[in-house]
Amino acid sequence: MNEFVTAKVPLVDVSGVCQTYDKGNAGKLVVLDDVALTLHTAEIVGLLGRSGSGKSTLLRSIAGLIAPSKGKVTFEGAPVTGTPDGIAMVFQSFALFPWLTVLQNVELGLEARGVDAAERRKRALGAIDLIGLDGFESAYPKELSGGMRQRVGLARALVVHPKVLLMDEPFSALDVLTAETLRTDLLDLWCEGRMPIEAILMVTHNIEEAVLMCDRVLIFSSNPGRVIAEIKINLPQPRNRLDPAFRALVEDIYARMTARKADGAPARDGIFPGSGIAMTLPRVSTNLMAGLIEAVANAPYNGQADLPPLAASLQLEIDDLFPIAETLQLLRFAELAEGDIRLTPAGKRFAESDVDERKRLFAQQLATYVPLAAHIRRVLDERAGHKAPARRFRDELEDHMSGEYANQTVRAVTSWARYAELFAYDEQADLFTLEDP
Amino acid sequence: MIFLPHDRTSQREAAQLVRNRIMPNSYDLVALAILAALIVLLAHGASAMRAPAAVLSAAPVTLDIANLPEYALRTTLRMFAAIIASLLFTFTVATLAAKSRRAEMVIIPALDILQSVPVLGFLTFTVTFFVGLFPGSQLGAECASIFAIFTAQAWNMAFSFYQSLRTVPRDLDEVSRGFGLSAWQRFWRLEAPFAAPGLVWNTMMSMSGGWFFVVASEAITVGNTTVQLPGIGSWLALAIDKQDFRAVGWAVLAMGILILLYDQLLFRPIVAWADKFRFEQTASQQKPRSWAYDVLRGARLVKILVAPFAWVWQRLMLVRLGRRRAAPAAANPTVSRLIDRLWLGFVLVIALWGAWTAVSYMHRTLGWSDVTEAFGGGLVTLVRVVVLIAIASLIWVPIGVWIGLRPAVAERVQPLAQFLAAFPANVLFPFAVLAIVATGANPSIWLSPLMVLGTQWYILFNVIAGASAFPADLKEAAAVFKLRSWSWWRYVILPGIFPYYVTGALTASGGSWNASIVAELASWGNTKLEAFGLGSYIARATEVGDFPRVVFGIAVMSFFVTLFNRTLWRPLYVFAERRMRLD
Repeated sequence: MNEFVTAKVPLVDVSGVCQTYDKGNAGKLVVLDDVALTLHTAEIVGLLGRSGSGKSTLLRSIAGLIAPSKGKVTFEGAPVTGTPDGIAMVFQSFALFPWLTVLQNVELGLEARGVDAAERRKRALGAIDLIGLDGFESAYPKELSGGMRQRVGLARALVVHPKVLLMDEPFSALDVLTAETLRTDLLDLWCEGRMPIEAILMVTHNIEEAVLMCDRVLIFSSNPGRVIAEIKINLPQPRNRLDPAFRALVEDIYARMTARKADGAPARDGIFPGSGIAMTLPRVSTNLMAGLIEAVANAPYNGQADLPPLAASLQLEIDDLFPIAETLQLLRFAELAEGDIRLTPAGKRFAESDVDERKRLFAQQLATYVPLAAHIRRVLDERAGHKAPARRFRDELEDHMSGEYANQTVRAVTSWARYAELFAYDEQADLFTLEDP
Repeated sequence: MIFLPHDRTSQREAAQLVRNRIMPNSYDLVALAILAALIVLLAHGASAMRAPAAVLSAAPVTLDIANLPEYALRTTLRMFAAIIASLLFTFTVATLAAKSRRAEMVIIPALDILQSVPVLGFLTFTVTFFVGLFPGSQLGAECASIFAIFTAQAWNMAFSFYQSLRTVPRDLDEVSRGFGLSAWQRFWRLEAPFAAPGLVWNTMMSMSGGWFFVVASEAITVGNTTVQLPGIGSWLALAIDKQDFRAVGWAVLAMGILILLYDQLLFRPIVAWADKFRFEQTASQQKPRSWAYDVLRGARLVKILVAPFAWVWQRLMLVRLGRRRAAPAAANPTVSRLIDRLWLGFVLVIALWGAWTAVSYMHRTLGWSDVTEAFGGGLVTLVRVVVLIAIASLIWVPIGVWIGLRPAVAERVQPLAQFLAAFPANVLFPFAVLAIVATGANPSIWLSPLMVLGTQWYILFNVIAGASAFPADLKEAAAVFKLRSWSWWRYVILPGIFPYYVTGALTASGGSWNASIVAELASWGNTKLEAFGLGSYIARATEVGDFPRVVFGIAVMSFFVTLFNRTLWRPLYVFAERRMRLD
């Protein structure tokens, strides 16, 4: 149904949007880089990407909650200033007011528009009815399950009759079954045209969810956030997850998200922003790394796994799976390419070893491939007392990244080094040392 | 808006409900009677407050039992006036601090210092000021007394409110902005409810501290002016003057009943009501209960009476005060920084001018001997506070732990501890003074315990709260690994209650500094007892109306309290937050 509507004026038009944050001395942190996007009537568009790809930021610029540093956002041809009446939003955390009942929560948006009490009540009850919340009108959010809470979030957004519904990872805080029920219910309402909305723009990091719900998916790269691909999904609704065409699309998106950079540089140098000791590292537990290595090493994968089924069997979403896989890649325990993960010889050796041998191996890879870990160890070796304040390394990192990232990176390296017994850390004194008590 | 309970299922209950709609129920009678009584009392007290000052000298406070209920009422009204003033202050000043970065730069440090200023020292100036403001009316002296209570209550309430406003959850903020709530709607729908639990708790703490000051501020002597406002405090002052032991006993009883009523009729209902504003999304384990709140909620007539107000409130919610806020555009940083500098410079100039004025004012009358006396006294008082808090901790921590670990006991003792914390200890001072006079003990030592008489209970009830909240699994783990005696205290329970203890001890030490002004200089009839210290320095200067010395004494005490808080309590607080949190 996309062919004939694309000619009209788009509902939402985003062009050349950049979002940067000032980092003080360290220059600017670029969250969104030259992003363009159009949203037409009668389509569901998904923004797919990892955390840090700025998709939520983009959603908030469209909602008028933040002003982009550069570029233009228009809604129905007019530039977005303030929060437009024709746009409503659903939140990952539901964002319900705990001191208001379901009915009062739903009425809130109408109250803000000065709708009088009788009309408010009528419309709110209508929305509650539509979304399947009858009987819960006088309940407080804390009495409801997650799924019911998100239904309140949906009813609250629909009751103001928006043209565009923005959804920020609406199902990611729910368990698998509940999320699926909510998705199908929402799609049913959409397909039957029972909702007063004209288009949906949703942020997700669940690839299957995107393929299941959207007519179009925009894939974002992270650091900085850019649109790297746009995929049209022409499968008819309702879609079947087991349909080969569906699987092929999921596979294709995985491949694009693990693709090497266009300039041909090996993927591993670009996985994390920054280079050398100034690489921003994610906090990934060594237990998760060991778990993933074991899962890939064992049957049925035997050292090489296709990411979609692996993610499904481990019940991990890409936001959980990718940081682990990429940390393994950084440590040369595994390779990621074309939607596959493959263990390196070091990774295979790790899977077969006992606890002490694993620690030794991990220490070796850590000291070789994580420059910051090597740097801290070198400083400790050189000092007479084999002690160094952690503050010093954080400061060093802050020349290249924000304080929050510097802290996260140092903590990541600390926990890895503790596991590897490469060096120790005294939290109270904020001190790296060589000897452990 | 009235909602029927949703768990109503059976037919019988539904029928009952319909009948209740017509017939006034028993709750109605109770609730109406109480409400009517409160309104009558309020009207009576308010008209008495505006009486001309001549009435005070024509009908001075007497030790007639028949007058005591009236005095108690007047004391209560003062408390309410002060709490309303504190709430207004909180809603305006704290909101301003949270909304405006430049106002914040001034307000927050100011509140921090004001918290450590001894309230009783203020009385000297405020009496003179307010009496001048309303010549010939009792209102001046009333205002001075109310202001004294206000200064004891407002700061921590404002702090709590400010902190809540600064930590409004991001997603709720985005919803509010997304729907375009006006500033007015946003305040009442988002900010005030979010801040409610913290504010209610702080108001409760403030009120319980307030009784102390209402008693201390009713009978004031500044130089040649003596004001005795009708109230329990004046009754007590007169009883002490006349050495009437029985009258002191009556004052103790009246105070006890007053606090009990206040707790049952006002505070418990409010706490029970405010429970719904708690932000945690899980259903609470133990809901605070209050019979008065249940009565009010159950009474249908009350609902009918409230309905018009609810309607007005609904209308008010539709008022769109303030523009819809646009997305915060990045302000020009250089211009903004320039304004910041100018503003800071302006504040600095004002501060320097203030300091210069104060110093030159005191310099005219004060000599170096005052400096040594005040600072020496300060050190002595500091030693008293430290030693007494240590002794109180040694006594109450083990007892509090013992009680807190036994839920059945804690349930009964906790309200008692809170009651004792609210009970103004200065009402009990005469007993101690009498004992010291009778035994001829050294007042410099034996007046000291009076400083913690009222404040030690903060340690007790915070420790009880901490021990009650101690996780069951850790208790079980300690039992499984057979941790006994010292190692149990050292590794299990002391770290577990530490954050609570710090809160309690901090409150107790702050209160003790304040109490030193009345505790270090006590009297019984013509007998005067004095302990050397900063408190007695200020108290003596107040008695003779020596303003420069009062100012100086207050400044020195504020300095000591601030220093004490910064060097001891705040680091402990940070340590407790970082290392000993159990969630």
